[in-house]
Amino acid sequence: MTKKSTWNRLVHTPLFMPVVCLIAVLLINLIQTPTFFKVSINNGVLYGYIIDIINRGSELVILAVGMTLVTAASGGQDISVGAIMAVAAAICCQLLSGGKVSTNTLAMPIVLAALIGILVAGLCGAFNGLLVAKFKIQPMVATLILFTAGRGIAQLVTKGQITYVRVPSYKVLGAYIGKCPVPTPVFVAILTVIVMQLILKKTALGLYIESVGINGSASRLVGLNSTFLKFISYVICGLLAGIAGIVASSRIYSADANNIGLNMEMDAILAVALGGNNLGGGKFNMMGSIIGAYTIQALTTSLYAMNVSADQLPVYKAIVVVVIVVIQSPVFRKKIAGHTKRKAVA
Amino acid sequence: MDRDVVLEMRNITKTFPGVKSLSNVDFTLRKGEIHALMGENGAGKSTLIKVLTGVYDLEEGSIVMDGQNIVNHSPEEAQKNGISTVYQEVNLCPNLTVKENLFIGREPRKGRLIDWKEVKKRSADLLRELEIDADPDQMLGDCSLAVQQMIAIARAVDMQCKVLILDEPTSSLDDEEVEKLFRLMRMLRDKEVGIIFVTHFLEQVYAVCDRITVLRNGELVGEYKASELPRVQLVAKMLGKNLDDLADIKSGHEGHVDTEGPAVIEADDLGHSGTIHPFDLTIHKGEVIGLTGLLGSGRSEMVRCIYGADKADQGKLKVDGKEVKINKPLDAMHLGMAYLPEDRKKDGIIDELSVRENIIIALQAKKGMFHLMSRKEMEDAADKFIDLLDIKTADRETPIKSLSGGNQQKVIIARWLLTNPEYLILDEPTRGIDIGTKTEIQKLVLDLADQGKAVTFISSEIEEMLRTCSRMEVLRDGYKVGELSGDQLNQAEIMKTIAGGEEGDNK
Repeated sequence: MTKKSTWNRLVHTPLFMPVVCLIAVLLINLIQTPTFFKVSINNGVLYGYIIDIINRGSELVILAVGMTLVTAASGGQDISVGAIMAVAAAICCQLLSGGKVSTNTLAMPIVLAALIGILVAGLCGAFNGLLVAKFKIQPMVATLILFTAGRGIAQLVTKGQITYVRVPSYKVLGAYIGKCPVPTPVFVAILTVIVMQLILKKTALGLYIESVGINGSASRLVGLNSTFLKFISYVICGLLAGIAGIVASSRIYSADANNIGLNMEMDAILAVALGGNNLGGGKFNMMGSIIGAYTIQALTTSLYAMNVSADQLPVYKAIVVVVIVVIQSPVFRKKIAGHTKRKAVA
Repeated sequence: MDRDVVLEMRNITKTFPGVKSLSNVDFTLRKGEIHALMGENGAGKSTLIKVLTGVYDLEEGSIVMDGQNIVNHSPEEAQKNGISTVYQEVNLCPNLTVKENLFIGREPRKGRLIDWKEVKKRSADLLRELEIDADPDQMLGDCSLAVQQMIAIARAVDMQCKVLILDEPTSSLDDEEVEKLFRLMRMLRDKEVGIIFVTHFLEQVYAVCDRITVLRNGELVGEYKASELPRVQLVAKMLGKNLDDLADIKSGHEGHVDTEGPAVIEADDLGHSGTIHPFDLTIHKGEVIGLTGLLGSGRSEMVRCIYGADKADQGKLKVDGKEVKINKPLDAMHLGMAYLPEDRKKDGIIDELSVRENIIIALQAKKGMFHLMSRKEMEDAADKFIDLLDIKTADRETPIKSLSGGNQQKVIIARWLLTNPEYLILDEPTRGIDIGTKTEIQKLVLDLADQGKAVTFISSEIEEMLRTCSRMEVLRDGYKVGELSGDQLNQAEIMKTIAGGEEGDNK
């Protein structure tokens, strides 16, 4: 009896399915690629598939955090985050190069340029938020504007060229700090998550956002400003996209307006869904989204490990995603819960 | 088995985590009868209906219809089996037209295409036959709540159901519309439809019902012929005790009104264009003011205007003698106001959040984003009010949506009491909830007044207001048309003012 109830309680914890999916993806890898979990130290830095997943997944985690808030508050998604990443990267690199296509010296302190880039990304978020919260435009349509225009803006900023910043210190954010064997993006992701969690734990923002997402009209009557809360969630989402953009840019020490953050908005939305969050808004589960983001990255990395070419990647990814989404659906969950119950009765 | 029996439910048992919702309940419905299902909140009426219509799985027991065992897994399946339901909250699409709502999912077709001409014709016929005042091409959302309800019933009726379930259909209807509905129900009874009627209005039960089944705490109390069960006994059976409370809740309350100090609320020509014409209103400490009038007369609009739910665009408002400007509900809250809205589902509960979160949300909003209450503060507050108002919930972390209507309402009341308001607006706090809870709420209102709080109470039941209010404002068509107090507070006088006879020269 107790066994059954513990199992049932476990099945019904919100994080159960996201974790199971992540473990499943990792296990399949272990069978396919026995060396998958092997972590070694080459040239003083950690090396291995698992490290690769955690490293490469950083930007996605940062995006997923913002996407979770936007989804919860507005019941819609921000599809412009990938483009906003490119804008932030373009601004940052252009400021550093002093307007040149390629540079070996810095025209501005990196911290300042990065902050300005992130700030502009925040402005983009504010623009989205204004359309959604104030003018009540559907999130998908409102963010479609920057989704298409964002990369154009980035191209304008970089004058249609890829801006290179060939200065070692600019690579730190996307590579390694000094002799530290752990890649820097991992720290950025962890820091972002911690700061966000602190905000949600120490202020009532999380409760407010959930409340507004579930019932905007009731929330207004208890004194919540739903317009502002939706707006601020888009601003946060924009700022986080900016951070992700700077990290992505630092990895390739350049601003490639066409490719930075390409298709990442879709992965971020998927991460939120995989995390067991309702895309219609309301209650959210930040940890779920983060696990979802790592699941997607694990999938991408493992498919590469199995020598799937980049062109075919989406097909395999789609298949796995379908399976995961079905497993997570309430109907399926009810089935397993019901199955175990029947077994227990028998 | 009796030939006339159309539906028979036997030994129905339903358990939710921690709560046994129904145990061994029997229910029998005969052809051509109107059968009232009565009971307090949490008695299991809704659960029984939901088991019958397949919203919940049938766990134990059997459902026999026309001599055959059936199991409904979904409301659609129930509908196919001839069981239609009309809920208290209209479950249609407000963004579609009336005719689309009537025929959605079963459109008459011409070849493979929808025959819109036929849809329109049949809709018009149906509406005419049932005397529903609506245009087939009108958006459903533009109709009044009452008309929407009637359309939901029309849809169910048109689907040739053998069993029609009406779950609190009259809560949002005014007397005339209720009478129309009753005419319709009697018509259907003559066509041998079995009708299950869930309601809290005793008068309505005796007006139309043939039989009454009473449930209490998930158990069957008994089945009675309406003509053989006196009203007092019905109440006693529902509550499981003799209750004289209803009669004398007002005794023992002094009704101490403090008219010395500045009025808590003083509205001077306050108004909101389009909803309520400018009105004057003064409310003192310890006073319970009732707002009365027909549906759509501006009762809710008046309080919404004071509270800032609809921002007043003319006139002045003084709170405690000081002139104030209220732009949004939060401003009103900071001035010590609290507002329990009329539509609990749409404006009141935040359904996915827990009972605890629903209780603390208003206080938390008042404190501001950066002053998050500690977990312990929240839990203490929740526990205190669950205890104080006797809220029946499995746990304080239970989502509010799984509570019964009356208990949801208590949670909303708790939410506002927690903010320790000076002025409470209660808009239809007793709608759709059982007599026991109604009495509790009325008592609570008087207690609050005794504590020196000002209360505005709105209810469609005049008797309820007569029991609680010391003064009544009468509204008609968005105008305040009268104010009654003292000896004038009787049903006849109120009716006369609402109707606005020969002396009704206010307009």
